[in-house]
Amino acid sequence: MAHNRKIRVLIAKPGLDGHDRGAKVVARGLRDAGMEVIYLGLRLTPEQIAEAAIQEDVDVVGVDCLSGAHMALFPKTVQLIRGRGGKDILVIGGGIIPKKDIPKLKEAGIAQIFGPGTPIDEISNFIKANLASREK
Amino acid sequence: MSETKKTKELRERKEEFRTTVDGFVVNRVYTSADLEELNQEGIGLPGEYPFTRHIMPSGYRSRLWTMRQYAGFGTVEETNERYKYLYEQGQTGFSVAFHLPTQEGYDSDHPLATGEVGKCGVAVDSFEDMERLWLGIPLAEVSTSMTINATAPIMLALYIAAAEKQGADVSQLRGTVQNDILKEYIARNTYIFGPTPSMRLVTDICAYCAQNMPNWNSISISGYHMREAGATAAQEAGFTIANGVAYVQAMIDRGMEVDSFAPRFSFFFAAYTNLLEEVAKFRALRRIWARIMKERFGAKNPRSMMLRFHVQTDGFTLTEQQPLNNVVRVTLQALAAVLGGCQSLHTNSFDEALALPTEEAVQVALRTQQIIAHESGTADTVDPLGGAYYIEWLTSQIENKALEYIDEIDRMGGALKAIERGYIQKEISYSAYNYQRAVDSGGQVVVGVNQFVTQDEPEPEILEIGVETERKQVERLKRLKRERNNQRVNEVLGRVRDVARSSQNIMPVLVEAVKAYATVGEISDALRDVFGEYREPNIL
Repeated sequence: MAHNRKIRVLIAKPGLDGHDRGAKVVARGLRDAGMEVIYLGLRLTPEQIAEAAIQEDVDVVGVDCLSGAHMALFPKTVQLIRGRGGKDILVIGGGIIPKKDIPKLKEAGIAQIFGPGTPIDEISNFIKANLASREK
Repeated sequence: MSETKKTKELRERKEEFRTTVDGFVVNRVYTSADLEELNQEGIGLPGEYPFTRHIMPSGYRSRLWTMRQYAGFGTVEETNERYKYLYEQGQTGFSVAFHLPTQEGYDSDHPLATGEVGKCGVAVDSFEDMERLWLGIPLAEVSTSMTINATAPIMLALYIAAAEKQGADVSQLRGTVQNDILKEYIARNTYIFGPTPSMRLVTDICAYCAQNMPNWNSISISGYHMREAGATAAQEAGFTIANGVAYVQAMIDRGMEVDSFAPRFSFFFAAYTNLLEEVAKFRALRRIWARIMKERFGAKNPRSMMLRFHVQTDGFTLTEQQPLNNVVRVTLQALAAVLGGCQSLHTNSFDEALALPTEEAVQVALRTQQIIAHESGTADTVDPLGGAYYIEWLTSQIENKALEYIDEIDRMGGALKAIERGYIQKEISYSAYNYQRAVDSGGQVVVGVNQFVTQDEPEPEILEIGVETERKQVERLKRLKRERNNQRVNEVLGRVRDVARSSQNIMPVLVEAVKAYATVGEISDALRDVFGEYREPNIL
């Protein structure tokens, strides 16, 4: 990540889930925290999200799902992003994610899961700390 | 000035009290002086226009509300089992949750359905599935609510077909189909087609039910999902009524006389934890709707003016942290619904911020309603809070604020225009963001989340839907597609397209199509061919 540009974040909802309150609030919150945020919308395939992540040259992808389809959708999204050359893109997730799924998602390359009740600052601080540590 | 001084002397714990974030500023005390400006006619008696206090003169003294738990998961066999269980536990009506592919018009074998099969509801792809869903449950005798919108005409056709096959008389069927597409564009997001063809499908259902299904609620105009998306109580009230106005106008524009369909219009709202604001909201809603129906649309039948509504306790307020606290939240919310005079009620399960509810949690939720009904005494007199200074004042405040929103939307040319401009979406997303900021800053306390936090909570048991469900459902669908008469399916799908292009009512041909075992995905595709698909405008 270059020093002279803002952190670029893509927020997207894979699958058919329509609960977009959280995704939109996070998108707006990260924008207010000084990041450049692209909200890609909902009902997307992992392919569409990966494609957009590469096209838009983002530093971070946030995926969100409340329907219970996260195990089918999150790992696949990471895999496709990596496969298309997005090796350094930080992928984070949100939604209704049972605790026992979190280790498997982390293994699949989702850096962190932010559940209901997470303050926005916690997410923006995580992103900043994570990207800063990579620069070293 | 003197008020500020007094406040200081009284050492109140906050500078300003509000009902909720972006809600109403609440005074220290209310007296008869606050009621003087109110029109006594607006309060009136239960069962009398404008029905502020209740639509029926005897309220719950004649009949309790319907305890209707929204349920559906996995395959039709699993859901059928849960329904039978609920029935034995004393539940008096069914409420079907369909999985997302069914709601958005995809079969279970569609690529976009991957990972979603049986998750947020039951997988129904075909007539065969619908029949099995109701195995052993006589549709002529029960009342069923179906939460379905974009594919509502198809699912209603399936229900009709299943009932007919059981030998039921369709004109006797009782239930509700949500059929409220406008709020899908605003909040719930399970739309398929654009607003114009969708409004035609909505009114097709309403017209069909008016003629053939006199005991069926042809629409459930819903504020619930807007509230979940962040709307305040007054926004929920104003935006829902504005959508209701759009539907009534669309029916009148079709040449229907208002009293021929309006008695079967029903509503659906959320109940938040701020008990008194919610009670006031329900009372205000009844008054607003009655006056609009009478004064604006010239309804003569009192039933057209009665706002009948279902309530669901609010899912957004449930916390993942200390989940047992949610039992208390749900109790307060359910109490608000009962004190507010709902016709039916769903209480959420305490574990729903974690996953789909377990059987134990579902039982506690239902028991909560039963305790309110039989032990609390709140159902024994009609509108027990009516006449309380604060309640009557707050009822008027919500009414006035809601009417401001309705006027604003009227000035834009109605709800459809307001949605196309993104006005309603923006207002809601603004409120949602303010709420989150208030929680993050600690201004809004959420117990167990930003105050009274405990560390290292144990993970409670949760319900999981395995990949096995998806495999079974896809296999079943493949077999069906092999074994049915495919020539007949193609022929009927051709006629679905023809009727979609014409101005004829879509319902009869859909009943034919589902009986020929055309699937939900196939029929939706035929309609997509004619109507195209909607893309959400970027309003962030």
